[in-house]
Amino acid sequence: MSYLNIENLHAAYGDNLVLQGIDIALEKGEIVSLIGPSGSGKSTLLRALVGLTKPHIGTVRLEGRVIDYSNKRSLREARDHFAIVFQQYNLFQNMSALKNVTIAPVKVKKREPAEVEQEAKTLLAKVGLGDKLHSYPDELSGGQQQRVAIARALAFRPNILLLDEVTSALDPELVKEVLDTVRMLALEGMTMLIVSHEMAFVREVSSKTVFMDEGKVVEIGAPRDVLDHPKTPRAKEFMAKILRH
Amino acid sequence: MAGSLWEEIPRFFTYYNWVFLLEAAGRTLLLTGVGCLVGFALGFYLAVARLYHGRIFLPFKVIIVLYVEIFRRVPFLVTLMLVFFFCQGFGLEVSVFTVALATVCLIAASYTAEIVRAGFEAVHHTQWEATEVMNFTLGQKLRLVVIPQAWKVILPPAFSFFIAFIKDTALASQIGVVELTYVGKVFNNKGFSPVLAFGAILVLYYLMSYPLARFGAWMEKRLVVSKH
Repeated sequence: MSYLNIENLHAAYGDNLVLQGIDIALEKGEIVSLIGPSGSGKSTLLRALVGLTKPHIGTVRLEGRVIDYSNKRSLREARDHFAIVFQQYNLFQNMSALKNVTIAPVKVKKREPAEVEQEAKTLLAKVGLGDKLHSYPDELSGGQQQRVAIARALAFRPNILLLDEVTSALDPELVKEVLDTVRMLALEGMTMLIVSHEMAFVREVSSKTVFMDEGKVVEIGAPRDVLDHPKTPRAKEFMAKILRH
Repeated sequence: MAGSLWEEIPRFFTYYNWVFLLEAAGRTLLLTGVGCLVGFALGFYLAVARLYHGRIFLPFKVIIVLYVEIFRRVPFLVTLMLVFFFCQGFGLEVSVFTVALATVCLIAASYTAEIVRAGFEAVHHTQWEATEVMNFTLGQKLRLVVIPQAWKVILPPAFSFFIAFIKDTALASQIGVVELTYVGKVFNNKGFSPVLAFGAILVLYYLMSYPLARFGAWMEKRLVVSKH
C-alpha cells in the first residue's frame, strides 16, 4: 500500500465526465507530475483530491484509510493532510502576505499565534519575500503572489502538496523564481503532486510522470521514459508537439 | 404671497407646533432606524441561510426566496395595508405605529437580504474555494474573508436603500401614523400655507437623510479601504 492511492477515480462536471478511472499511487517523499493537454483532467484530479469537485466513483486512500468525500468529517480530516496551490494563487485579497500565511494555522488549526507568526516569517523569507510581509496581494507581482501562496500552503503543514499549474499565469521571467521555490521543497523531501507544462522542470524534479488525456491515465513512468520514449500514439503526438515547441 | 407667508411664520413656529413637528420627526426616524437596523440584521441572516447546502435546508431556502422575491416586488403601501388588515382580521390589538414598524422591517429585510446575497456572490468563487480547502467553517469564511471583501458591494446600495426608505415611511401616514408627512398635511389643513407646512418637513427630511448619507460614506471608507 502506497502513501496515497488513487483507484479508479471518476469525477464529472454535470454530465461531463472529466475523470474516467484514474489510478495513481504516490509514495511518501515522492514527486509525481501530471502532464497532458488542456482539458485532460489534470487540474480536476487535484480538485477532486481535496473535494472541490466531488468524485463519484473510485477510491482515494491516504495512509491506507479511505477518504469518504460525502462525509464532512472524513473530508475535513483529509483536507488537513493536503494543501493546494492554485494556478491563480487565490490569496485572500483583504489580508497582507503575512496574514494570508498565518490565518489558517491560527484560526483553523488553533495553533499559538506568536509561534505561527514566527514560522510564517521564516517561510516568507525562505521564498524570498521577507521584505513583503505587510504587502497586500494587489501590491505584489504574480510571481510574488504565487510564492506567498506556496508559503501559505506550507504553513498549513501538509503531508502532500498539490501544485496546480503554478507557473502558467506568470510572465516567463517570473517563472524561475517560483520553480526555484518548488525545487527547494523537492530537496527537502516534500511529497508533491504537480500539474505542470514546464517539461524541463518536470524532468528535473519528478520521480514519476503521468501523461493524462481525456480523463484517463495514458502513460505512467519515470520522466525520461514518458517524455523521451512515449509508447502510446497519443503520448507520442503530444510530446512531439510540445518538444518541437 | 411672500408677504402672507412672512406673516404666518411667527404663528407657525410656536412651542406646541415645534413639539408636534419634532415628535413626528422622531417617529419617522424611529421607523427608519429600527426598520433599517432590524431589516439589515434579518436580511443578513437570510442571505447567510441561503448559503447552506443540502436537502434538509431546501424548504427553508424556498421560503426565503419566496419571501425576498415577493416583498421586493410589492409596493410599500400595499404591504402596509396587508399588514394592517392582517392585524385587524386576526384581532391583534396593535397600534398603527407598530403596524408601520412591522411593515418597514419586513420590506427592509427582503431588500437587504438581496443586497447582501449579491455582495457575497460578488466575492470571487476562488476566494471561497481557498477557504474551503483550508477547512474554514462557514462562520470563519464569512467573517474573515468574504464579508470584508463584500462590503464594497453591499454598502453603497444598502445606504441608497436606507435613504430612500426615509422617504417611503411617509406612506405610513396613510394608516394614521403621525409621522412627518402626516404633520405636514395637518398644518396645511389648519390653514398654513403648503409652502410653509411642507417646506418645514422637507427641511426635517433632509436633516435626517443627509447625516445618513455621510455615515454611509464614512462606513464605506472605513470598511472598504481599511486594507491599506
